[in-house]
Amino acid sequence: MAAMRDKPKTIFTSIDWFTILLYLLLLAFGWMSICGACYEYGEPKDILSLASLGTRTGMQLVWIGSSMVLGAVILMLDDRIFDTFAYFIYAALLLLLLATPFLAHDIKGSMSWIKIGSFSLQPAEFAKFATALVLAKFMSGYGFRLEGSWRNMAICMALIVAPMALIVLQKETGSALVYFSLLLMLYREGMPGSVLFTGISAVTYVVVGLRFADVMVLSGTTSLGVLLVMLLIVVFVAGLIFAYARPSVLQRENAGESRAAAHTYRLALISTLGLALGGMAFVVGVAHFWFPRVQPMSWLPFDVAPLLVVICGALILRLLWIGLSSHIYRYVYIALFAFGSMAVFFSAHTLVDHLAPHQRTRVMVLLGLEEDPNGVGYNQIQSKIAIGSGGLEGKGFLNGTQTKLKYVPEQETDFIFCTVGEEQGFIGSAAVLVLFLLLLLRLIYLAERQPYAFGRVYGYCVFSVFFFHVLINIGMVLGLMPVIGIPLPFFSYGGSSLWGFTLLLFIFLRIDAGRIRMQR
Amino acid sequence: MADVHLSNRKFVLGTSAVLVVIIYIVRLFTLQLMSDDYARRADSNALMRRIQFPARGAITDRRGKLLVYNQPAYDIMVVMREQVGVDTLDLCQSLGIDTTWYHRRMAEIKDRYRNPGYSPHTPQLFMSQLSVEEFSNFQEKLFRFPGFYIQKRSIRQYTGPYAAHIIGDVGEVNPADIEADDYYRSGDYIGKQGVERSYERQLRGIKGSEIVLRDVHGRIKGRYQDGRFDQRPIPGKNLVLSIDLELQKLGERLMRGKLGSIVAIEPATGEILCMVSAPSYDPRTMVGRQRGKKHRELSLDPMKPLLNRAIMGQYPPGSTFKTSQALTFLQEGIITPQTSFSCSHGFHFKGLTVGCHGHPSPLPLVPAIGTSCNGYFCWGLYYMLGNRTQFHSTQEAMTCWKDHMVAMGFGYKLGVDLPGEKRGLIPNAAYYDKAYKGSWTGLTVISISIGQGEVTLTPLQIANLGATIANRGWFITPHIVREIQGEDLDTLYTQRRYTRVSPVHYETVVEGMQRAVEGGTCRSAKNPWYVTCGKTGTAQNRGHDHSVFMGFAPRDNPQIAIAVYVENGGWGANYGVPLGALMMEQYINGHLSPESEAKAETFANKTIDYGSYAR
Repeated sequence: MAAMRDKPKTIFTSIDWFTILLYLLLLAFGWMSICGACYEYGEPKDILSLASLGTRTGMQLVWIGSSMVLGAVILMLDDRIFDTFAYFIYAALLLLLLATPFLAHDIKGSMSWIKIGSFSLQPAEFAKFATALVLAKFMSGYGFRLEGSWRNMAICMALIVAPMALIVLQKETGSALVYFSLLLMLYREGMPGSVLFTGISAVTYVVVGLRFADVMVLSGTTSLGVLLVMLLIVVFVAGLIFAYARPSVLQRENAGESRAAAHTYRLALISTLGLALGGMAFVVGVAHFWFPRVQPMSWLPFDVAPLLVVICGALILRLLWIGLSSHIYRYVYIALFAFGSMAVFFSAHTLVDHLAPHQRTRVMVLLGLEEDPNGVGYNQIQSKIAIGSGGLEGKGFLNGTQTKLKYVPEQETDFIFCTVGEEQGFIGSAAVLVLFLLLLLRLIYLAERQPYAFGRVYGYCVFSVFFFHVLINIGMVLGLMPVIGIPLPFFSYGGSSLWGFTLLLFIFLRIDAGRIRMQR
Repeated sequence: MADVHLSNRKFVLGTSAVLVVIIYIVRLFTLQLMSDDYARRADSNALMRRIQFPARGAITDRRGKLLVYNQPAYDIMVVMREQVGVDTLDLCQSLGIDTTWYHRRMAEIKDRYRNPGYSPHTPQLFMSQLSVEEFSNFQEKLFRFPGFYIQKRSIRQYTGPYAAHIIGDVGEVNPADIEADDYYRSGDYIGKQGVERSYERQLRGIKGSEIVLRDVHGRIKGRYQDGRFDQRPIPGKNLVLSIDLELQKLGERLMRGKLGSIVAIEPATGEILCMVSAPSYDPRTMVGRQRGKKHRELSLDPMKPLLNRAIMGQYPPGSTFKTSQALTFLQEGIITPQTSFSCSHGFHFKGLTVGCHGHPSPLPLVPAIGTSCNGYFCWGLYYMLGNRTQFHSTQEAMTCWKDHMVAMGFGYKLGVDLPGEKRGLIPNAAYYDKAYKGSWTGLTVISISIGQGEVTLTPLQIANLGATIANRGWFITPHIVREIQGEDLDTLYTQRRYTRVSPVHYETVVEGMQRAVEGGTCRSAKNPWYVTCGKTGTAQNRGHDHSVFMGFAPRDNPQIAIAVYVENGGWGANYGVPLGALMMEQYINGHLSPESEAKAETFANKTIDYGSYAR
């Protein structure tokens, strides 16, 4: 320890250079993609003309350069100011968000851009680090516990929802959804996993149910959406029984007698997997094989959905009975979960069905299930074509045709990953995914090594935001996720998002660099 | 304790990140490496083959005179996105259109149902095929009309108002053409009639293509790989027709004001020297923007000017057919040149009468042809169909007769290289069995021997009969194209087709046809320069008789065989003989003598009143 104290601790030795390296690699990859996406066919391909100001590639270089300066400045600041000014920064940004719609000029229906001189900035991009800071500050308070404290949970949710609401007012729903990712951080900090799970499953029911509502099972009259959701509910219930009502779990958490618990557990699992799941398979099978076909091309003669719902209802009653009779109330909660699941699904379904057609379209667009009426699925089809045409090694730098000839919409912003896929091929795009994975895992590692909750909470916020952006953006481009317009960190064109992500990341690096002094 | 429990959650988060990335890499793998479907779709997205049109082949007559060529024309294109602030009134005045037409056309362009390829970024056709004069007027003011462009293309042009039926015309392809041949794309041009249609494959050439890169709005961004895969168009082949333009001109002049046809054939080659169908029309009116309107107008004309009567008109051949009968009877041994039949103003037998004009009787074959005796040929057919030593039945005799006719090129299409040829009608035994329920004899069908009754021929078939007699027993399928640049003619047009009659019998018939000119029905065809052989025909029909002539000249080494058919022209000698004589003189001498010229002018000015012609 003495030797360490003698050695002057500078920022250069305590900074996490690995993350900086990943950051620089991603920036380099990102700029190449911007070049590919913005390159106009027939222009010179040398580096000087690409870097010249006035072109988008040149502008992006300016943003990258200024981001690096911004990062360096943050690293030179005293790490305590983030802690000290967290509330102030948060309040200032909320005010800015509140003012934005009044100062903004309309860009494609979005009211989120403020014009300063010749630059446009999007305050929503900077609210992320402010929200992360305020959560870190609040959750690192003395004696703070998230588990078992509804009050603390509610305050955290309020801190998250406030900027979200303001961003929704700016008609940037995609950016607002990003804040939901902070639930991941809350989960790490002690929010019950069941809350996260319930939230994710509710979203899944609605999205899956609506997405497949008009697909018919075996060309009959049964909606695939209903069938899938009923199956999901049964599978989730089985998963919950396994996770929360296993005898060993109950014993560890003193929630029930072990001998009775083992019997009840077996009974519940048999009811769920055997009776409910088996019953559904039986209904579909009987309808398919033993009933005469009404129409020649239909392999399911009548709508089996009501039967499936009845089976689900029976399962709920059965679990209620098991819970109440054995006094293991976790079964009651699981039954309530199943009931809630059905309620969420059917109320969303009914709501959407009773909307006027244009409103229905708007909801579907919001959920990313439908695009604007004159091009259903156009963006995703074009982006899949662009990526698919890249092959193993890609078409080479500036040689892509799809992105260059503007077949992919929003190609330099939300759909930038197409350019990577087309020009760098499988090797390049897989490499980018691996770089992002390394960054995410590194963020977890760095967050976990923080001596204080402040750094750890902030670190997990950074992780959650990056994870959500990568998950949604690349998933959308690959056609696996609904189309939600959010940028890919370090790749999408634009100064605001690049500055926003740099701020978010480098503040964490600065906090991390200060961990040893704080330890002393 | 609780903290340790919570810190395990880092594994849940880390694992989910790893899982997401693995799923995404698998997805990338399937998209990029499992199938090349996406790569192909990308190419069809971005690469556009731009067609380059070849020049259509030119057409000349047998002496090298140009008949059809290509002329530059101009299309006016408009890019909707760029045409803002154009003075509509000024534009309309420069183009000679009215504003309602302008607005209707603009609406049509934007209508995606009528114009499926519409994009506001790419040039759309506004007006097509402006002539040089119309265009030069507009070009001076072009700078005032942003968004309007000129696109050069070529249209067919004809040197004179002649040979419309032979040359035909070109028009835009219809869906059936596109269906039949995938060479064509919507908006392409294709030969619609005449040689333009029958030699479409040679005339059209081969389209070239350049591959260009196109952006999502359809704007051209450059040439793919600097044109490495581009193909230059190969121009169409030029055609030399066998037509003699001067002869064709004379024929069309002589047929003014009449309905009918003149066909002349070079016997040694089967080349068609002229093919006149009257009434005709000026092919120069069938180009450019007026084509559709003009075509509609012509198709409604009761005189049917679009009908090529030379190959589509099926007429009773009248007495010209007697030559074919004489040949058949001689070959089958029914008669010899010395056989005489009596004729007292016609054929009278068992109450049946076929009338004839006054001439000495009985007559042997040569003078019978010369005076065109009906009785002689009726007796001939009667004896042939009733001959039970040679034939077991009337049917068998009829079949033998029919085979002779078919071998002479009747009853079936000859195979001329023009579209729409008709086959005429040569009845056979089955035809009469059906018509008369089996009970018929030579007497029942006697009128076919004098080219009446059921028999019909096209003027081309009549001319071909002349060519066959001129050749003494063979012909080459008549054809209108003499040479195709860089390609041999179809062997159909180089091979001789022999009839079933031996040459010695032909000499007898030639003798008879010479007699007709020198002292028979064709006396006005006699001339001091060469020996002409001919045969008149006066075909009875519902109205006034048709005037027909079939002949060839000179008698030895014939240069031209001809058929003249003037509807309702009366006696063969009224129109057929003089017109045929003038045509032969023009071809053989290369010009008309002053007396003949005067005669030609007289005939050119004669018109026949067809009243309310409807058929």
